[in-house]
Amino acid sequence: MLNTKINIAGVEFKNPVMTASGTFGSGMEYSEFVDLNTLGAVVTKGVANVPWEGNPTPRVQETYGGMLNAIGLQNPGIDVFIERDIPFLKQYDTKIIVNVCGRSAADYVEVVEKLADQPVDMLEINVSCPNVKHGGIAFGQDPKCLFDITKEIKAKAKQPIIMKLSPNVTDITEMAKAAEAAGSDAISLINTITGMKIDIHKRTFALANKTGGLSGPAIKPIAVRMVYQAAHAVKIPIIGMGGIANAEDAIEFMLAGASGVAVGAMNFVNPYTTAEVVKGIEAYMEQYGIENLRDIIGTV
Amino acid sequence: MEHKKKEAAVVYRQQQIAAGIFDMWIETSIAPQAKPGQFISVYTQDKSALLPRPISICEVDRKNSRLRIVYRVAGKGTAEFAGYKPGQRVDVLGTLGNGFPLEKAKGKKVFLMGGGIGIPPMLELAKEIEGAASVDIIVGYRNNELFLSEDLAKYGQVHVATEDGSAGTKGNVMNAIASEGLEGDVIFACGPMPMLRAIKQYAADKGMEAYISLEERMACGVGACLGCVVKTKEVDHHSHVNNARICTDGPVYAAEDVEI
Ligand SMILES: Cc1cc2nc3c(=O)[nH]c(=O)nc-3n(C[C@H](O)[C@H](O)[C@H](O)COP(=O)(O)OP(=O)(O)OC[C@H]3O[C@@H](n4cnc5c(N)ncnc54)[C@H](O)[C@@H]3O)c2cc1C
Ligand SMILES: Cc1cc2nc3c(=O)[nH]c(=O)nc-3n(C[C@H](O)[C@H](O)[C@H](O)COP(=O)(O)O)c2cc1C
Ligand code: FES
Repeated sequence: MLNTKINIAGVEFKNPVMTASGTFGSGMEYSEFVDLNTLGAVVTKGVANVPWEGNPTPRVQETYGGMLNAIGLQNPGIDVFIERDIPFLKQYDTKIIVNVCGRSAADYVEVVEKLADQPVDMLEINVSCPNVKHGGIAFGQDPKCLFDITKEIKAKAKQPIIMKLSPNVTDITEMAKAAEAAGSDAISLINTITGMKIDIHKRTFALANKTGGLSGPAIKPIAVRMVYQAAHAVKIPIIGMGGIANAEDAIEFMLAGASGVAVGAMNFVNPYTTAEVVKGIEAYMEQYGIENLRDIIGTV
Repeated sequence: MEHKKKEAAVVYRQQQIAAGIFDMWIETSIAPQAKPGQFISVYTQDKSALLPRPISICEVDRKNSRLRIVYRVAGKGTAEFAGYKPGQRVDVLGTLGNGFPLEKAKGKKVFLMGGGIGIPPMLELAKEIEGAASVDIIVGYRNNELFLSEDLAKYGQVHVATEDGSAGTKGNVMNAIASEGLEGDVIFACGPMPMLRAIKQYAADKGMEAYISLEERMACGVGACLGCVVKTKEVDHHSHVNNARICTDGPVYAAEDVEI
């Protein structure tokens, strides 16, 4: 029997395969393509205390082997989310991880408190989105700020928290350590890398927001490197992401030290990617006679 | 039942029908469910160009399970598609979006308006409109390469405008309406943004209904990424802000509902 179960901060996942926040909605849109019951977890789009309009368009642009996005965390606010999205996800036998965003510590705390009595398994705290001007990025780029906000959220959260780290820093290990020291139960990385594209024909920025977050296969080597470095710096579990397109990519992240793996931009390219990664991991285990998937985590 | 899926379709036929404009029929299991005004996402084989290219459904052959798309070579992806030969694989996701509200045409004098590469979706629409009092098809081109105008003529009275004046009225579709003294009750339109803005204004002035098909950069095509939004007058049902997703709530909107 292949055992693909993974434990992250006391929560047991049937397999390590998750969806990367913001690329899968709350699962509704992709449930037409993928049986959500087969996934380890659905990680939802960032949700704030109140609805956010997001950025002007164009919000997405293709780049070589990847894409830039500057959605600006458009979301309906936590009240609608609790009423609509959580009941939808509860129909499925998969873990629910709610991604939380905010402009201030108070915003995050408000969301976390409203989720306290909800049937969600973990909270992922996005302190690393490069597309929101106020707050957001600052929390995720300064170890002291990251420590403070983590502590504040951890004190109020009923569910285990995952601090989502920004790759837009000089030393990822400092950030990982700050999150761990403040009591974060796990960390996830990487969020998108800040980038820019210029339309040479119109002589203007390709995104209305000028800058955007780079994701997709183009960023995978950076993400694998950062997961590896973080895994050697902290003891808390890591959820790895950045350009995962298939099972081979997912296994690379696990060997580098990730307990969980999330598929992001590649959902857009192949809506069946998550399910195919689950199947491919099982095939890899059979090929190499691996009984317990958890045994390969961080073995390189 | 309508069901979205991604699959490897097969090119049935392809030909160039004007400078830089290609006409491709593909065989795909999603063809029978296609509605006028819906679109498909077409994917390149070039794995450095990952995102889908949204292309409108131009014509549907339900019996043979084929879709026709007509597209302009605009960059890397469409240049790749233009080289496809019959029998070759073409990856598509669909069918996407909501079509034109055909029922609004019943008993009405209808204008179908297409500008440039916004003309293709007008063909299946013209074919499927039923019970209209009259159908005027008003199409704007750059020059006298009047692609699809013969196909359109089978389903209504075609009125042409060209930018260079080489055929029909010189100018755009609005000039054609004026010069030919056309009158209608309801407009269905697809074309460049300046044309859609002019139509929105015209419809408001004349007290007409107008349904316009919008374009935006897309990533997922299925409503998950929130990349392709348009500002709406009312709060949208999904995100509860004034930003609706063109790929799922559109691409066709009542002109008065969107801020363009
Ligand atoms: C709902 C909808 C229906 C469309 N129907 C048609 C049609 O029937 N015929 C036709 O010729 N064109 C149509 N377009 C425009 C078509 O999608 C673009 O011309 C095409 O994506 C360009 O791709 P490329 O690789 O050649 O260009 P590139 O510039 O290399 O494309 C780079 C990226 O930008 C995107 N992109 C570029 N231009 C557009 C655009 N105008 N709209 C949206 N995304 C764009 C591409 O999808 C790709 O992700 C439609 C667009 C939308 C949104
Ligand atoms: C369109 C889009 C929207 C995203 N929205 C969010 C978000 O709301 N919250 C968040 O923490 N990360 C968000 N991300 C980042 C992804 O979750 C992920 O960290 C990143 O894209 C790297 O993974 P990938 O290369 O597989 O896409 C978004 C990414 C994309 C492409
Ligand atoms: S393209 Fe993703 S929501 Fe429309």
